Amino acid sequence: MSTSWLPAQSGTRRRRNLISTFMLALTVLAMLIAVTPLLFILGWLLIQGIRYLNLDFFLNDPAPIGEAGGGVRNGIIGTLIMSGIALLIAVPVGVLTGIFLAEYRSNPLATVVRFATDVLSGIPSIVVGIFVYTIIVLPRWFQGAAFSGFAGGVALAVIIIPILVRTTEEILRLVPSSIREAAAALGVPKWDYTLTVVVPSAFGGIATGVMLGLARAAGETAPLLLTTLGNNFYNTKLDQPMAALSLQIFTYAIAPFDEGRRLAFAAAFVLIMLVLLVNIATRYVFRVRSINL
Amino acid sequence: MTEYAQVVDDAESAVVIEQLTCFYGAFRAVKEVSLRIPARQVTAIIGPSGTGKSTFLRSLNRMHEVARGARVTGTVQIKGVDIYDPKINVTDVRQRTGMIFQQPNPLRTMSIFDNVAIGLRLERRLGRAEIADRVEACLRAAALWDEVKDKLALSALALSGGQQQRLCIARTIATQPEVLLMDEPCSALDPIATLKIEELMDQLKRDYTIVIVTHNMQQASRAADRTAMFMMDDDRAGYLVEYGPTQDIFTSPRDPRTESYITGKIG
Repeated sequence: MSTSWLPAQSGTRRRRNLISTFMLALTVLAMLIAVTPLLFILGWLLIQGIRYLNLDFFLNDPAPIGEAGGGVRNGIIGTLIMSGIALLIAVPVGVLTGIFLAEYRSNPLATVVRFATDVLSGIPSIVVGIFVYTIIVLPRWFQGAAFSGFAGGVALAVIIIPILVRTTEEILRLVPSSIREAAAALGVPKWDYTLTVVVPSAFGGIATGVMLGLARAAGETAPLLLTTLGNNFYNTKLDQPMAALSLQIFTYAIAPFDEGRRLAFAAAFVLIMLVLLVNIATRYVFRVRSINL
Repeated sequence: MTEYAQVVDDAESAVVIEQLTCFYGAFRAVKEVSLRIPARQVTAIIGPSGTGKSTFLRSLNRMHEVARGARVTGTVQIKGVDIYDPKINVTDVRQRTGMIFQQPNPLRTMSIFDNVAIGLRLERRLGRAEIADRVEACLRAAALWDEVKDKLALSALALSGGQQQRLCIARTIATQPEVLLMDEPCSALDPIATLKIEELMDQLKRDYTIVIVTHNMQQASRAADRTAMFMMDDDRAGYLVEYGPTQDIFTSPRDPRTESYITGKIG
């Protein structure tokens, strides 16, 4: 019995199926190439740094150069504090700007702001460091301090504002306009339903944007060199130079002895895990809280 | 076209539309519609796609203004008030007119209860008990109370499509609007849910003036007291062909275009 109603397996048909399989293979290959560095980096950091990943590593400050042992407690705390300052400044500014761009997109000012944001996101982070160095560090603008944790936080804020603006805008655009119409038809003023209906339905996405910003802030090194300088000791005062994990990785990695390099690997692993943990925790909280998108 | 307006002069008019023309930028979507919509009756707007029915309906509560470049000429009076008067605030107009959309659009981040209560908080400050009473009354009026009374705190998305649409109706009547505007409210619903909405409209018209846009001719003939027929002109602008008691439109249309449409020859 022939499969009469099915089309005959012509050459064209076979070639199309072959192309389909080939394209799928290409995308899978691209995916593998994309995730390989991630797995390789995580694995390599773990292998190289595992010897130092013990409780002492988290509870101690760096040992004097050349001595064994020492940890990155001050770096973890410094990174958390400066990233926190950055978020405190950048989240209100960035998210509100994103709301403006998404909800008033035809406003002539929105075009200007969107362009300015794009330009800002393209500025190298070292330039942002010089900018903050010039306006805060040099004039000792913050409580008479030169290099300070505060200046570091401000530099990180400038770097992540465009990330927050763009992710907030993109995610709000995904909120169906039927929701806005539903609220508008009830006579709810625009500012009201934007804050009570539109933004809450995008909380999960906005949180993801904040996490992207945090990850970026935690990993930045260059602007911190010019603003907070780094510190070998434990310091939580905002008007003093502050340690940061990224700075410690840099310092250890260029140290001319094996011990330092292993410490750098361990610190890098801690930094990545720190970002990952905060990320997972935030996602979990927002998945529970917001009803659905 | 004013001759059709005379037909309904015996009933009290809730909405009086004079020479209404709607534009989107340079494009004229609806031209020179004059219509008197009687109070506490159901008025259906029928006609082929693209004849400006939805635009016309949305111009009755100024929702068409969410589109860029939308404007109208002519007048719309609801209960004697010109809603396009420059002194009038558009959010006030929308608060006093209810709109039901084609796709049920409950507010997804809110509970079933809050979906109904959202309009209430815009008015004078109501006590918690008072709000709860009003929410229950509206859900009962929307024939939804028995189905949701045990899950008021759940997300509105937990409801079926038909239930969501009745929730939207409950939400809309919470502020006791002067007129209910329905834009193909049943096109996303199955026949059983559609029937429920039609029964509901029959209940609601005791208290409310209802205008419904529909593609479903059976629905218009079942549910509407009056029917207005829209067509598209050569310049793609929608206009009013015929307006009168539903029975007359469906049994003895005066315009041959209406007859062709309702007998399925065009559209």
